[in-house]
Amino acid sequence: MAIAFSVNGKPVSVEAEADTPLLWALRDDLGMTGTKFGCGIAACGACSVHIDGAVARSCSVPLSEIAGKSITTIEGLKGADGALHKVQQAWIDAQVPQCGYCQSGQIMAAVALIERVGSPSDAQIDEAMTNICRCGTYPRIRKAILTATGQAAATTAPQGDA
Amino acid sequence: MADNPNPELDYAEAEALATKPKKKGVKRRIFLAGSALLVGGGIFGVWWTDSSVKARGKALTTGDGEHSFNTWMKIAEDDTVTVYSPHIDFGQGSHTALGQMLADELDADWEKVKIEQAPSDLAFANAALAKGFLPEMVGEMVAGLLPDAIIGMMARSLPLQITGGSSAIRFTGEVGMRKTGAAVRAALVAEAADRLGVPAEELTTADSKVLHAASGKSLRYGELAAGAAERSLTGDPVLKTRDQWRLIGKPVPRRDIPAKVDGSAVYGIDFTLPDMRVATISAAPVRGGKLESVDESPALAVKGVEKVVKLEDAVIVVGKGYWPATKGLAALSPTFTDGGHAAVSSPAIYAAQDKLRSGGKADNEGGEGDVDAAFKTAGAKVVQAEYRVPFLHHAMMEPFALTGHYKDGTLTLWGGLQDPLSTRARAAKAAGIDVDNVVFNPMIMGGGFGRRFPDIVEAIDQIAVLAKQVPYPVKLVWSREEDVRRGTYRPQSSAGLKASIKDGNITGWRTDYVQSGNAEGEVPFIYAIPAISRRHFAYQSNQIDGPWRSVNATQIGFYTESFMDELAAAAGADPYQFRSKHLPAGSRHLAVLDMVAKRSGWGSALPEGVGRGIAIVESFGTIVAEVVEASVKEDGSPKVLKAWAVVDCGTTVNPLNAEAQIAGGLIMGLSSAIGEQVTLDKGAVVESNFSDYPILKLADAPPAIDVYFIESGAKTGGIGEPGLPPASPALANALSTASGKRIRTLPLLTQAKA
Repeated sequence: MAIAFSVNGKPVSVEAEADTPLLWALRDDLGMTGTKFGCGIAACGACSVHIDGAVARSCSVPLSEIAGKSITTIEGLKGADGALHKVQQAWIDAQVPQCGYCQSGQIMAAVALIERVGSPSDAQIDEAMTNICRCGTYPRIRKAILTATGQAAATTAPQGDA
Repeated sequence: MADNPNPELDYAEAEALATKPKKKGVKRRIFLAGSALLVGGGIFGVWWTDSSVKARGKALTTGDGEHSFNTWMKIAEDDTVTVYSPHIDFGQGSHTALGQMLADELDADWEKVKIEQAPSDLAFANAALAKGFLPEMVGEMVAGLLPDAIIGMMARSLPLQITGGSSAIRFTGEVGMRKTGAAVRAALVAEAADRLGVPAEELTTADSKVLHAASGKSLRYGELAAGAAERSLTGDPVLKTRDQWRLIGKPVPRRDIPAKVDGSAVYGIDFTLPDMRVATISAAPVRGGKLESVDESPALAVKGVEKVVKLEDAVIVVGKGYWPATKGLAALSPTFTDGGHAAVSSPAIYAAQDKLRSGGKADNEGGEGDVDAAFKTAGAKVVQAEYRVPFLHHAMMEPFALTGHYKDGTLTLWGGLQDPLSTRARAAKAAGIDVDNVVFNPMIMGGGFGRRFPDIVEAIDQIAVLAKQVPYPVKLVWSREEDVRRGTYRPQSSAGLKASIKDGNITGWRTDYVQSGNAEGEVPFIYAIPAISRRHFAYQSNQIDGPWRSVNATQIGFYTESFMDELAAAAGADPYQFRSKHLPAGSRHLAVLDMVAKRSGWGSALPEGVGRGIAIVESFGTIVAEVVEASVKEDGSPKVLKAWAVVDCGTTVNPLNAEAQIAGGLIMGLSSAIGEQVTLDKGAVVESNFSDYPILKLADAPPAIDVYFIESGAKTGGIGEPGLPPASPALANALSTASGKRIRTLPLLTQAKA
């Protein structure tokens, strides 16, 4: 069956079974691979996208629940002029990614948090940022969120007497 | 230092090995080191010497207006310098760091430097591997592929790339990249001297230009490249001194990061081809088991499923996408044999290990002095403890995803694996074709941590066999469940430690450890103790053991550093002071330990319920000491509050990235200690996904980690792995101090909740 919704502001129609998770419609049917597969059970958050503005784990949301909704993925965060979203820029400034595989989802979760609460506290970051990063970039993720919301300086000054 | 076997292979050792290939114990040690995290992608990086190989290598990398100098680099006439890294970068940042090292010596304009993955072609292995020496390290399979020439040069330079864990910077960078940059710079200067008609001594270099101060003339590298590339390069160029470095030691932003924040980076799992199908797989739950039978029809009834492929020990479903393939696989009810391993379980493994240790004969012993005599000395206090650590899973965030296309006798592969050449060899063997007919295109990887070493990647066999059976390109994607259950884990391991203390000093120390591999020679024992014995008892389960980030340094570090705290307690001493008195005065180890105590405010008062723990481990040539402050949450689980790391890796090439590697390693160490374990029951893995194999999350990681580097200038050590080993003992020591209850078994979560 064909299911219609919008992705990053553009209307799309996907011909797929109704139980197909949004993640696989994005990746296999629409060719948008910025959203990653990590676990398939909504445990890791690598597949995080926004559905009508709220963060969701797309591996566990079937297309049947998506009809008519508005989806935003990592590819849709940039401005119309191609400029990076302030959270993406903060991610570069803080040099967050290592392998980078989870970072699309981390950024989507962070953007949703900031859109929801403005300037999140450490406790709010703890509560909202539940995506897994195996490389252990958590301190820099926290720093980038604080930087993006004007709560920390943008420089990452390494310690040591180098 | 009483006994500190150096795990590195240096020039002298490499030469010695070349003449003594049969040395007992060497092969295992090299294999372990060679399969560690940062080991590179094959055998690259020598000067173009052989003319036919030169032509082939140049053809692969060099276009119009470009001039290559050796396997490491080329210069284009527009001044662009391209550096070819033989190492795969799966997030550790070595590509940028290797580029920094070459560009610094070259005096290149950093903005005009590109870093690319070297092709996985034997032209980039353009010298022979010394007979009887490299086969020991890489196996006959790979060694046999290489032409038989230039043995001395290879023995001097190349073994260092392919045998050391955390090897990219300390070996490839120091030996290959810096020398290449300096040698090419010298060739560019010589070319400019001829063109300008001035002595080379009057010329300087900066920002990709050769300058003649007296006349004010200058020539761009792009203008000089064609002529310079025809000159023979010195094999012994003058390297810069530390005070002359412009890029080495600087926090240069990583080149790969922008594509990782906007979704444009293409990982192996993202790769696609026209007409491609997607497949997923379920292998025997018990490793060693075989596929008995499967009725294919339920899968074929699923819309979008096209084919079911049976392997000896697995069943594959091919569909139009991952979802139909997954649904098809879920519809099947395959039966597998248990391979005779039905009695294997985690408790049974510990029981067998205990029995082996108490009654068996050690397979290897290292150390010095008479430990038993020390234990029997009158007035000596003898302390004993037993420790246990479980199988650990790598849990790279990107599961295996390999694309294959078999067409006209050639198998082409795409995906993320850490050694392109041995990937080709393994795929060729599985497909039953000549290695020359296998093309491998390495792609960036969503983590690795030791899991992507082709020796332990059965997915290569699977895609090779699958691709041969279908007329279209096919991408094989492992589910997370497959990834967890068919891992190649850090081995389940246990140890009995015993030591004697007299007058506040350790007089004898024995570690008896049981696991598959011998760690002797890989993990240095850093304390100065008169009598030491480390005995390895070999135990092999039905699992395939893999190198897990930091390899044996994790569990050996946990044993040693937990027991040091127990000994300090027995001696009535402070854990930091006790370690300090057993490290040689003036040693790098002591400087690292003192600095972490200073930065963490060791000895200052702590809030009620908070404990502080310290540990120091040397691995891959780098010394790391860590302090952790932690408490226990209401639900009994540990809460890490603060962490400090002090590191002496000689020189940090990129401090910004080095800090990330140490902090990330520390967090991975905490994660493993707190909640990670793979358990076996009836020969099969019990855990299945992140729901029951918990990875530490942001809220439970320390909010910030204080990482400090001591720039000792000592021989460059690794950076990707050494941050991990001290973390688990530091945390266990902190919690034991807080609770008064000693933790001797990991993970902590089962301990705390028990």
